[in-house]
Amino acid sequence: MTLQFLADGLVMGAMTGLGAIGLTLTYSILRFANFTHGDLISWGAYFTLVLATLIGAALTHDLQPLGPFSFGWPVVVAGVLAMLLTGLLALLLDYVLFGRLRRRGNAIVMVIASFGASLALRSLLEFMFTSEPTYFSRELQIAFPVGAGIRITPDQLCMLGLAGVLVVAMHLLLTRSHIGRAMRAVSENPALARVVGIDVAAVIRTTWLIGGALACAAGVMLGLTVQIRPYMGFDLLLPLFAAAILGGIGSVPGAIAGGLIVGIAESAGVQLIGANYRAAIAFLLLIAVLLVKPTGLFGVRD
Amino acid sequence: MLDLVGYGAFFLVTALSYAIICLGLNIQWGQTGLFNVGVAGFVAVGAYTSALLTTPPAAARFGGFELPIVAGWIGAMIGAGFCAGLVGAVTLRLRADYLAITTFGIATTIQLVALNTQGLTGGPFGIGFIPRPFAALAERPLAFSTANLALVGVVTLIAFVAVERLARSPWGRVLRAIREDETAAAALGKNPNLYRLQAFVLGGALMGLAGAVQAHFIGFIAPDNYVPALTFQVWAMLIVGGSGNNRGAVVGAVVVWGLWSLTGFAMSAIFPPEQQARAAALQIVAIGVMLAVILLVRPRGLLGERKTVSRYVEAGDEAPP
Amino acid sequence: MTDAEILAADRLVAGYEPDVPIIRGVSIVVHRGEIVVILGPNGAGKSTLIKAIAGLVPVTAGRIRLAGQDITSVPAHRIVHQGLAFVPQTDNVFTAMTVDENLELSGHILPQARRRRQIEAMCDLFPDLAAQRRSAAGRLSGGQRQMLAIARGLMIEPVVLMLDEPSAGLSPKLVQSCFAKLAEIRQSGVTILLVEQNARAALAIGDRAYVLADGQNRHEAAAEALASDPTVARLYLGGMAAAPQGEANP
Repeated sequence: MTLQFLADGLVMGAMTGLGAIGLTLTYSILRFANFTHGDLISWGAYFTLVLATLIGAALTHDLQPLGPFSFGWPVVVAGVLAMLLTGLLALLLDYVLFGRLRRRGNAIVMVIASFGASLALRSLLEFMFTSEPTYFSRELQIAFPVGAGIRITPDQLCMLGLAGVLVVAMHLLLTRSHIGRAMRAVSENPALARVVGIDVAAVIRTTWLIGGALACAAGVMLGLTVQIRPYMGFDLLLPLFAAAILGGIGSVPGAIAGGLIVGIAESAGVQLIGANYRAAIAFLLLIAVLLVKPTGLFGVRD
Repeated sequence: MLDLVGYGAFFLVTALSYAIICLGLNIQWGQTGLFNVGVAGFVAVGAYTSALLTTPPAAARFGGFELPIVAGWIGAMIGAGFCAGLVGAVTLRLRADYLAITTFGIATTIQLVALNTQGLTGGPFGIGFIPRPFAALAERPLAFSTANLALVGVVTLIAFVAVERLARSPWGRVLRAIREDETAAAALGKNPNLYRLQAFVLGGALMGLAGAVQAHFIGFIAPDNYVPALTFQVWAMLIVGGSGNNRGAVVGAVVVWGLWSLTGFAMSAIFPPEQQARAAALQIVAIGVMLAVILLVRPRGLLGERKTVSRYVEAGDEAPP
Repeated sequence: MTDAEILAADRLVAGYEPDVPIIRGVSIVVHRGEIVVILGPNGAGKSTLIKAIAGLVPVTAGRIRLAGQDITSVPAHRIVHQGLAFVPQTDNVFTAMTVDENLELSGHILPQARRRRQIEAMCDLFPDLAAQRRSAAGRLSGGQRQMLAIARGLMIEPVVLMLDEPSAGLSPKLVQSCFAKLAEIRQSGVTILLVEQNARAALAIGDRAYVLADGQNRHEAAAEALASDPTVARLYLGGMAAAPQGEANP
């Protein structure tokens, strides 16, 4: 057994962690387990794919990939736009479905609704794009050694860097900015938040936008390093829940730590018992956390 | 004409087998408030157990005991019930949304095991040659369909009557009490965890039975049958029919299965054969949207349980006797 | 003390469910610089009244006026912008945030410079809190939390400060210091509207008081008059719900 699983686990874990941040924020502020989060990841990847294709088609000259990476600047631009679009998709879901159910005050109905919406979302992707996997580019990446028997591709390194930047940005947002404090306030006590003048509805909208955008980022990363297919996000759902709960619902550092732990555990597990049971490993972690310490590593609230 | 009858029988048998699953889910959710998002897993356990018990031996695969169908069905109930007991003992004390995530994970794991342990479950190829009831009548389609329909109908009826009586019994009342206010129920000396576990096991057993019924009717099962879409269909059926309500469970199953089949027809009519996979995806979208609409417009469903304070508090001012 | 009316509720009907009103036609008037106390037995609707004014309980009939402006339909999160601060009875601080963050957040509608000055002013007013600025609010003692809750309310430099049973859960000594603080706050020009169970302590610092029962006005008098009225003593301290109307005031 080599240490390669560390590199693979780190990359996978960073993506899981990014997705888990969005999930943990919506979970703690909106107070329900959102089963559609995985599908936001998938939609983010497909938004990016479509936009990048459109941009590429609109240009007349041939495009070269950027530096040592497999993607060109259309993917980057498309990715940024897609983050906005995915955030808007999340807002749309809230406007049409979750918001109305939330006013009825039934959290369990919201989970069922999210389960159904999740099914509809990925089936819609399957309908539009078929279930064949696709890719951002056909460029093959060569993994280069970084010592200790570990090899990593330039794309993977880039994704790690990007994830790091986004996580730091999120952490600063939550701890230093007013909107971040407002989000933490609503997460802890929405009634008191209103009393101090926080527009809870606006905070909820912001949460969906951020959650959607981060999910899109995770989707682009996953699409670049693995592949794009309609079930890509949904298959990540158990690891996402495991990461968010392991880290403690509501904690951004927790979501990242949880994501990394889940990613590395999965990679290690894959080396030991094969790739087929990947999701089961996340599930076992999840059960362990729920039974031993349900508030997670950095749990701020129950 | 024969085709229509044959199709009608097929439709009803499938709808009724779903109804049995719904009855099981109704015990768990409607009566006891247990949020089980892993229905497909228990159905799978029942189907595979029955299949392994009743099929002829197959090379490089466990099972194939060629037991009679009845033994298979009973085995399915025991297997699924046992599985539910194991799961429940560990997880039922989790709060609702964590239970949802956990049961979802369990179903996913069960499907993974079914898919990957070729030596136990036949892997992605599934299990075939599952004996069908009244196999002797296979030459006469009309008699065959009718006999099977009658059998499934009887099983569903027995399940329905049993579940109804349980619901109206003291046991059922305790379940509802626990659902509404656990602390009060505990204060009355009832151990909530034990009752919840019983409800979960019973519901699981029914789901397993339904899985076996379906397996024996089709004759062939594969891991692809037991996916989250199945769980979602069952929830849709229960909500459309009216959760908390056994009649609603059956009605919901027939109605939703009807809608599902209708949309299926529409898709085959609209889309050419090579696009059928995409059409199937659109069908799922339609069901998902339908459920969302129901939840928004009429969350009680068709025959939903009305909240009652007591039989004596109706629109009038009658004093209780 | 001036006679200028600063806050008034006019025949207010409110409740959590539209067809189950808890207060049924309550009217009160608060003048600038006063401390007005709302008293009454449990279930009288005192908390509901003050929450309705704060926008937390839906109002089905009646008006609320602040400094002449009708604020009945102003949503809860805009009430602070009008200069009306509310200190709830429980869950009145953000326990996961530090004292500093609580104050910072509560003053977010002020420009930064004013906010900073106000935080310093709060630390002067509550020296106990100043020592704990970086502690999480959840780690404070009951008394300190209550001080923080009040400081939180004062952050916006309110015209009127409303409090729901500030003495609840406090030891007698802390109750004394709490009410002394409120008197001090009134001296600085803040009008105070106060719901209280502890009638004696509240009436000691109050100017006027209203008595509510069964969701309606029952009585209104100067605080000293009420405090020395034996009928009133029987009402609360004896626990009787209904009171004869129109007690003559000396």
